[in-house]
Amino acid sequence: MTLAYYPGCSMHGTSREYEESLLAVAAALDVGLTEIDDWSCCGASSAHVADHLLGVALPARNLALAEAQGADRVLAPCAACYNRLSGAVHAVAEEPGMAARVPEVLERPFANTVRVLSIVELLQGLAPVIEERVAARLEPNPLEHLNVAAYWGCLLVRPAEITGFDDAERPTGMDDVISACAANPVRWNMAVECCGGAFSVSRTSSVLRLSRAIIDDARRCGADAILAACPLCHANLDFRQGAMSLRGEPPMPVLYITQLVGLALGLPMSSLGFERHFVDTQPLFAHLAREADKAAAAAAERAAAKAAKAAAKAGAS
Amino acid sequence: MNVALIGDAGGGRRSVRSTDGATTEGNVPRVEEGATTLIDHRPAMPEPLAAYVRRTANINVARCYQCGKCSAGCPMGPEMALPPHDIMRLTLADDRARLFAGDSLWLCLTCETCSARCPKDVDPARVIDALRELAAAEGAGHAPRNVRAFHEAFLEQIRATGRLSEVGLILQYKLRSGALLQDVAVAPAMLRRGKLPLRPQHIAGAGEVKHIMAVCERERAHSAGAAPTAGASARRDER
Amino acid sequence: MSRIGVFICHCGENIARTVDCGAVADALRDHPGVTVATDYKYMCSDPGQQLIKKAIEDNALTGVVVCACSPHMHEKTFRRAAAQAGLNPFVVEMANIREHCSWIHDDREQATAKAIDTARTIVEKVKHNRPLQTIRIPVTRRALVIGGGIAGIQAALDIADGGHEVVLVEKDPSIGGHMSQLSETFPTLDCSQCILTPRMVEAYQHPRIKLYTWSEVEKVDGYIGNFSVTIRKKARSVDEDLCNGCGDCQAACPSRRIASEFDAGLSRRTAIYTPFPQAVPNIPVLDREHCTLFKGRRKGLAKDACGTCKETCLKGAIDYDGEDTFVTEEVGAIVVATGFQLYDIGREQPEGLKGYGEYGYGDVPDVIDGLQFERLASASGPAGGKMRRPSDGAEPKTVVFVKCVGSRDPEKGMSYCSKICCMYTAKHTMLYKHKVPDGRAVVFYMDIRAAGKGYDEFSRRAIEEDGAEYIRGRVSRIFRDGDKVKVWGYDTLSNRQVVVDADMVVLATAVRPQPGIAELAQKLSVSYDQDGFLNEAHPKLRPVETNTAGIYLAGACQAPRDIPESVAMAGATAAKVLGLFSADELERDPSVALVNERTCSGCFNCERVCPYGAIERRDVCDMEGHVCGHVAYVNPGVCQGCGTCVAVCPSKSVELAGFTDDQVYAEINALAGW
Repeated sequence: MTLAYYPGCSMHGTSREYEESLLAVAAALDVGLTEIDDWSCCGASSAHVADHLLGVALPARNLALAEAQGADRVLAPCAACYNRLSGAVHAVAEEPGMAARVPEVLERPFANTVRVLSIVELLQGLAPVIEERVAARLEPNPLEHLNVAAYWGCLLVRPAEITGFDDAERPTGMDDVISACAANPVRWNMAVECCGGAFSVSRTSSVLRLSRAIIDDARRCGADAILAACPLCHANLDFRQGAMSLRGEPPMPVLYITQLVGLALGLPMSSLGFERHFVDTQPLFAHLAREADKAAAAAAERAAAKAAKAAAKAGAS
Repeated sequence: MNVALIGDAGGGRRSVRSTDGATTEGNVPRVEEGATTLIDHRPAMPEPLAAYVRRTANINVARCYQCGKCSAGCPMGPEMALPPHDIMRLTLADDRARLFAGDSLWLCLTCETCSARCPKDVDPARVIDALRELAAAEGAGHAPRNVRAFHEAFLEQIRATGRLSEVGLILQYKLRSGALLQDVAVAPAMLRRGKLPLRPQHIAGAGEVKHIMAVCERERAHSAGAAPTAGASARRDER
Repeated sequence: MSRIGVFICHCGENIARTVDCGAVADALRDHPGVTVATDYKYMCSDPGQQLIKKAIEDNALTGVVVCACSPHMHEKTFRRAAAQAGLNPFVVEMANIREHCSWIHDDREQATAKAIDTARTIVEKVKHNRPLQTIRIPVTRRALVIGGGIAGIQAALDIADGGHEVVLVEKDPSIGGHMSQLSETFPTLDCSQCILTPRMVEAYQHPRIKLYTWSEVEKVDGYIGNFSVTIRKKARSVDEDLCNGCGDCQAACPSRRIASEFDAGLSRRTAIYTPFPQAVPNIPVLDREHCTLFKGRRKGLAKDACGTCKETCLKGAIDYDGEDTFVTEEVGAIVVATGFQLYDIGREQPEGLKGYGEYGYGDVPDVIDGLQFERLASASGPAGGKMRRPSDGAEPKTVVFVKCVGSRDPEKGMSYCSKICCMYTAKHTMLYKHKVPDGRAVVFYMDIRAAGKGYDEFSRRAIEEDGAEYIRGRVSRIFRDGDKVKVWGYDTLSNRQVVVDADMVVLATAVRPQPGIAELAQKLSVSYDQDGFLNEAHPKLRPVETNTAGIYLAGACQAPRDIPESVAMAGATAAKVLGLFSADELERDPSVALVNERTCSGCFNCERVCPYGAIERRDVCDMEGHVCGHVAYVNPGVCQGCGTCVAVCPSKSVELAGFTDDQVYAEINALAGW
């Protein structure tokens, strides 16, 4: 499988580990990613707040480039970029006049033929392959002891008529990926509630309030970690976690979905970028390793007892 | 020479001004025989907000029955003086003074929770976007300094280089907002983790992006009062 | 030789303002075949009708054309007047010079010319009108009532008390419907079963009511006055004549974990069961779907896996080998009273509806609906009338009631208001506060619809005296948070977000028609709207009739409705039925199709296209009685005069009385010629 790849502005900066783990996982799963040549910013929230047309034209430029470069599908791992690109596809298809106006503004031909894929769609589609590879690994899987809360944020499932690939209130796609990795998806309540998004810099107090509620709920529902699929959500939950007064509670690690898949596939930790997180993930991995050892020991004991029983039986007859 | 200047009187009516100074208004302009007609394309201002939203976003705000479900689930609700349902109500009531007096419009995160749960599909998130656009075009309203600083910094960055340099964004933001010391403490930690690339990326298409932004700006300046342009959403039909 | 009278109505100013009626009269007077032509201000009035009658008598008229409004308005009026004057009513026609002329044109000259043309056209038709006789069909004076809830029971009682036999069919094991599940009714807080059960018993014991429970309508044939209904009596596995209702079988049944429908899923029942102690009839039913013995039989077990009830029954009333049986009842009228079900907020929904993911899709155990709350509050319910929440049986100290769940929500697929929820929610808060005086009852609402007698006072009582907290705003999310249920609401009247940590949440879910309503409607040839509710014939003036003659509607199957309205509607249907049965025969409009058997080739195109199933095959016999062919025959009792058969007959052997080819061609020629 080959896809065009739209990194977005954070992938080489604040969410570098997202791209690192994405590229590692893509290589391991034989997904070829071709970065769109000369891609530009999708405009995120700042463009559409100022101007509807700008909010369509900026992402559309990248779609036009992808089209010209022969792609039919683009992977946009950042949820905001995914939302803006999908929004542009929808606007050009549905709004009267847009199909004519946008190529004019871009001064590029644009036929709106490219489909935009989110990271969840991609990994959910590959879940059977992931599951197979996970099952095939010989070592015991420490992820079996990991309870993880899948955090979608707002932009992957809304507006439903634009993104439309999963239930907007109780989506299950990420849980499928988590299960494929042999980890345990936790049932929790804040999966699609906003983390504060774009106010990360301009109104941090709001972000702290909203992200705090998300982390609290994940913890109350028994999660060991939160899974994110958006650089901004990750930043709000991870980078900003220090500023939230968590009242002596242990910190909650926040993993990227690609990092989880990378762990499941047994890729080297150095390729997955955990050291770039603000909330240390080492305690979590240590805990999982201990649990895995315990489980292995218990399994060995059971096997020994079974063997002894069989031997005794053979001896008796 | 007898000249009749035909202009927009608002609400679908036309005004006709003749050289002798007499002015009439009506649905069908009646012009004296033999007069030369000139058409004045400037619209009558101001257009009622509900009509503006109808025209640009194809949303009928009268469909909102003020149930409050949007405001109940709005993450910024506790901080907004005018939560989403109030914004819908004031739009319908054409109360520009109250709408643009505070900063509520700019506290919207566009998380789309309101639009996803609205029982009448009146898409408050889109209405708020349309109002923000209008405020920007008219120079009305007060976006909170920090929020405006962020958006302006963001747009400046991409206008300059085509892509966002996060470092550049933060620096620009600090200058515009005056929040010079914000997040300064974490900068070293960011650097250590390799998350702050200091070199901005330049793309070949930077000029294209600049041009796109200029075209959109020009269109924005003309959009208030003009005939429906590209941008009217077809998502919502009259139901 | 035609002697036609033409009467032009001014209709006050409605026609006269645009059409010169005098000129029309003048023009028609000269028309061949017209004996008298005159105009008058209000032809439908008494003097106007007198004018027509006198003209008929004085001039020995053979036909009448009244140029006035639409025939839908006054054709009956003028035909009756003509009949009173001794003229066959079916040689009387109307020419529409109001809706088709004066109401739609402005130019007086042209409108008058058009009125003249229209009048002439109809005159030419009437020249070919033949006198027709009203069709009379016999009436079977028995009624069928489908549905044994309060509406069905009331309709059955009223018709039976009116002197006619009623067949009452109910799909559940007992009659009573949803009213039997309620604890107390608004606005009097009467105990629901206490006021219902006397009616149930009366219906059961009434000499003229034949009750079929655990039965459904399988097929309906026929037409008004002459329906033939096939009823499927589902296999009860219990002999209704032998069973004495002792209840031993239920006590002995080992299968005790089946979710009770009567308790809305809040308790368990046995496989052989009566739904509630006051069930009518008090004869249990064996639920073959969940019964161990029948599950075994379906799996193909050699030996029956259980047999406890049969062994226990001292009357030998239990029979595992019975099958569904069919019985046919002949009736003259049908009353549909199938009632409602509550909308479910789950993920799986029928076409066009969406569930409430934001409220948990029904997965949160302490989020219940209105009927479940009724069962909790009911003294005969799973908690003995004490307030106990489903998850852990604890007494809820904070209960949140959410109105308009599904109702008034176009995005979920139901735009309508369910009418009863505002009242029953107020009632619920009062019931709760009476049982848990120190508890907190919070209601999230959009409006309070309390339009009935004493209703507004009742809902104010809940707020002012019983202490219910009404907060105006809809709820955005409901989810489980530890052992509480978190509710994110809003108060639009004081502008603040309201978050409540509730112990239990009661959703006032939308009222919908019963499942399977579309299939039943098909069987009855009754139409229904986009929400599934059955359609009345006219929303204002014919609320209990349908467009299918002989079929009437009572209760919530037509629209959300409370108990007094359902009872009133049931009485209204009974009045219609008794009216129908009051004559020996039924009169029908003779504009029906007629087959010329001599030219009919027996191709039966007509039978294939007839929407009403009015065409039968008749044998044609020779002199020795051997069948030598078949022809079509139109049943005049069923035919609705649509004319479809006329259009498809290749040999032109079918004619529609009152609209024969001669008549129609006469009109066309008249129009073309002038």
